[in-house]
Amino acid sequence: MHIQQLSVFLEDKSGRLTELTRILAENDVNITALSVAETADYGIVRMVVGRPELAKKALEKAGFSIGLTDVVCVSIPDRPGSLYHILEILTEEKINIDYMYAFSNNDVALAVIRATNMQQVTEVLQRNRMELLSKSDLYQL
Amino acid sequence: MHQNKKIWNPERECADRQQLIELQSKQLTGMVKRMYDNVPFYRNKLKEIGLEPGDIKSVDQLKDLPFTTKTDLRDNYPFGLFTVPQSEVVRIHASSGTTGKPTVVGYTNQDIDVWAEVVARSLTMAGIHSGDTIQIAYGYGPFTGGLGLHYGAEKVGATVIPISTGNTKKQLQFMTDFKATALACTPSYAAHLGESILKEGISPEDVKLRIGVFGAEPWTKELRNQIEKLLNIKAYDIYGLSEVIGPGVSMECECQCGNHVFEDHFIPEIIDPETLEVLPDGQQGELVFTTVSKMAMPLLRYRTRDLTRLHREKCDCGRTLVRMDKCLGRTDDMLIIRGVNVFPSQVESVLMDMTETTPHYQLIIRRENNLDILEILVEIDEKNWSDSIRELEGIRRQIDQNIKSLLGISAKIRLVEPNTIERSEGKAKRIIDYRNC
Repeated sequence: MHIQQLSVFLEDKSGRLTELTRILAENDVNITALSVAETADYGIVRMVVGRPELAKKALEKAGFSIGLTDVVCVSIPDRPGSLYHILEILTEEKINIDYMYAFSNNDVALAVIRATNMQQVTEVLQRNRMELLSKSDLYQL
Repeated sequence: MHQNKKIWNPERECADRQQLIELQSKQLTGMVKRMYDNVPFYRNKLKEIGLEPGDIKSVDQLKDLPFTTKTDLRDNYPFGLFTVPQSEVVRIHASSGTTGKPTVVGYTNQDIDVWAEVVARSLTMAGIHSGDTIQIAYGYGPFTGGLGLHYGAEKVGATVIPISTGNTKKQLQFMTDFKATALACTPSYAAHLGESILKEGISPEDVKLRIGVFGAEPWTKELRNQIEKLLNIKAYDIYGLSEVIGPGVSMECECQCGNHVFEDHFIPEIIDPETLEVLPDGQQGELVFTTVSKMAMPLLRYRTRDLTRLHREKCDCGRTLVRMDKCLGRTDDMLIIRGVNVFPSQVESVLMDMTETTPHYQLIIRRENNLDILEILVEIDEKNWSDSIRELEGIRRQIDQNIKSLLGISAKIRLVEPNTIERSEGKAKRIIDYRNC
């Protein structure tokens, strides 16, 4: 139930993020989730998109450095305590989260989670009956 | 089937030292006379120290003769140091003047023949001969790289692809379609071609290269290893500078224990750049050449600004020619940052020792509040980078520590996107120094 996340290394230069989204737009690639982690000199853009392979190719052609990273996307109820519930489960299993990003709206919250051992994350979450989004939920047809 | 030569000109390359000294002495006498008779600049310099051309009888007297510098070449721009009338000059080359006027050199027919001869010796040393196809990806034009390699390659009977620099796609197409077995270019462009082969997904079986002849910029043994791996070749260092003749002043043999200097044409000396005294073999100093056989524009004790050592012990390849170490760098490539001497090649060796980075880097030096600030831009590896900030910062810190322990000064390391540092199709632009702007 892994989702392929697109990771992009971006130097801290004005217009790079705009250029990135322009290429996705021109290739009719929808962005489901996006986060930017930044340091003083560079940033890592992480995103879940509708057509990851196509997006990777188009962006590489335009000179971007792209990585494909396995993540899980968990759907949880939009109410206090639901993220805590998941994290508690992961902590009990001694799973360290590398990074995550989340957003909630309309009673549903979606969290994208990356840990070192993704296989284990998926197993643990499925065993605890968490709803993981599949590729077909997210990818454009 | 005829036997390929292992040594192009054994009579000269394996000459007895005494014979060589006699030849050098005879040639030196002739060269000094030509200079005195035809060039006011040299005549004045010799008169200043009270020397007449007839006084010079032996190469031992070389140490008493005046030096020539790059400034002298500029001051006599363009043809002031030519010792023959223009009607005898068949070729002019000029090196790009990064600061001010270009450096101009001229060749007679005889000079062109000597040049082809020394390049033929060089290519033979690397194992290139008739039957090989050599792709010459040095610039053709006023730069000496392209045409210099070209005449020598034709002389050994190799098939020449005179493709010049640039247009990487076409380079790769010719390389595979014409089955090039040898490549000649700058080491940084060789690395670029190697990376491009991977990127284009060209199958290794389609690349028939076995030998590379690289020069025109200083390069480390780490870069050599990387190029050899990328292109699956054996890489040789060819050394030269346009003022002396171009590529083919010295060349590495299969022993790869320094470059053999073709001293029957170019007599090397090592001097202390401060005191200008000649240093004994084995000591590092500035390399100086006297081009005794040159007809159009011979040079007397020309200061190359390259730093190296000379070795005269016999080489296993059988050649008796003196060897020079791979140049560590030029005195004018050397940066003085916060009082510490820094060569770009040192930074390169740090980066090449790490697997996570590419050899593509640039040094930027600024002065802030009267303090030199060194910033090193390093490209991340396109294929092999982590999207974890923790890991990227770990790499950055590792470079920082390795640089600090090697150079003794700290630098600001900035990771940049792949393929963003200006790619050298000719020479790499490694240094941007804003301190004197």
